[in-house]
Amino acid sequence: MSHHIVEANDLYFTYPDGTAGLDGVSFHISHGESVALVGENGAGKSTLLLHLNGYLSATQGTLRIGDSILTSKNLNIVRRTVGIVFQNPDDQLFMPTVFDDVAFGLLNLGCTGDELERRVMQALETVGAQHLRKRPPYKLSQGEKRSVSIATVLAMSPDILVMDEPASSLDPMSRSRLIKLLKTFRHTKIIATHDLDLAIDLCERTIVLHQGKVTADGPTLKLFQDEDLLRRSSLERPLRMQKCPVCSLVNDK
Amino acid sequence: MNNIGKNSFDIGYMDTLAEGDSLFHRLDPRAKLITTLIFIVAVVSFDKYALSALTAFFIYPIVLICFGELPYRYMLKKVLIVSPFAILVGIFNPLMDRQTLIQIGSIGISGGWISFISIIFRFILTVTAAFILISLTGFNAVCGALIKFGVPRPFVVQLLFFYRYIFVLTDETERMVRAGSFRAFNSRAIGFRTFVSLVGNLLLRTLDRAERIYRAMCCRGFDGHIRIIRAMKISYKEIVFTFGWAFLFVFLRCFNIPLKLGTLITGFLK
Repeated sequence: MSHHIVEANDLYFTYPDGTAGLDGVSFHISHGESVALVGENGAGKSTLLLHLNGYLSATQGTLRIGDSILTSKNLNIVRRTVGIVFQNPDDQLFMPTVFDDVAFGLLNLGCTGDELERRVMQALETVGAQHLRKRPPYKLSQGEKRSVSIATVLAMSPDILVMDEPASSLDPMSRSRLIKLLKTFRHTKIIATHDLDLAIDLCERTIVLHQGKVTADGPTLKLFQDEDLLRRSSLERPLRMQKCPVCSLVNDK
Repeated sequence: MNNIGKNSFDIGYMDTLAEGDSLFHRLDPRAKLITTLIFIVAVVSFDKYALSALTAFFIYPIVLICFGELPYRYMLKKVLIVSPFAILVGIFNPLMDRQTLIQIGSIGISGGWISFISIIFRFILTVTAAFILISLTGFNAVCGALIKFGVPRPFVVQLLFFYRYIFVLTDETERMVRAGSFRAFNSRAIGFRTFVSLVGNLLLRTLDRAERIYRAMCCRGFDGHIRIIRAMKISYKEIVFTFGWAFLFVFLRCFNIPLKLGTLITGFLK
């Protein structure tokens, strides 16, 4: 079986305070697929992402990552397979220099010496951040932080790349650079986002979550044309699918 | 940016300095750690009125700052920032111990003042040595060395997190103080109730942020083991460094060289 598949079967999760995070979530993501996870705040997107890496364990249901069903025993293998890029790069970057930060995961995988150096530099080169290697992460711009936080995960060569709001707080240029970069990756990608235009650019498939349940799962463009579904999920049509106000002004004249 | 932010950036700069490539940077962290510990033990082992003997110990930070290519102004500034603690410890000595120990002309200097200055000297020496250790080694590597010396792993991991969370705490404090100052139009000082609420919020926010950082660490395979990039290896350089300094510290501890030099010079002048 491919190492790159993700399969959730009837996942339930309840937070200690009794809030239901996931309420019977099921889906199957195949090798190389790029899937957007959309939904209103509190829909369960981040909760689901944390399950994919084994940080949270479902109270009921199973999650298959590649060959195996996720349990506490194969957590380390799963964490090598699934790389998570968190929403806030400041949470992801905690080492004194960019090089150290990218090397952190590799060191935990047992990689040392020249191999470590090579893989760190390769990951930084992929995101165009080799020149930042000696810089302290807290002095980088938001776009640079985002690139480096992607490099910290890429260095570990994950089969599945999971990202939580990758374009949040990026300026338009950094956002389009990020989209170009992500398009070059051949990983299985799962991207939780409110940015539906980014979802159109990167993901051919979208899963819509609402109150911890999957309410729709299908081709991105088709789902985003369903006004009723978008309204129920507190979403809006992506900008490029809305009637452009400037164009309509010109046409009216 | 307010002072809190500036200072936290400055602490982080020590880790950046540790990326240097001087002879001292390349030494095994264990050698630097044990040498620093011997230095500190030697400095604090003097009696409370020791003054001249302590001055000889300044050779250690001076040599390391010069040859380790560390910015001396930055080091001095850092020591000055934490110096109020030492002043607080020794400030009552002149009041408690009024017995005159030294007579310079008609001015008698009491034991309290001498012990106070001695505390300041020791403080400067030990704190500078600790800052130099981190600036030449990096805090992670220092923690790695502690584990190699058999310090219990949970203790070292706590230490590592404590150090990392200083940045988280200062970061959150800075944000909250900034948000507060934007809405405090007339008064510079905040009221007691606001202050209490601020501290409570700060604690909750810091815990939350720390949890998210820990989560990111776990997701990249952190299992409580500290791993460092530079391999630890004891070679003749480390042995020469440690034993050389240790010998000098013991020598300076047993013989008051500045006093002997002073006696020699004044005797010669007479």
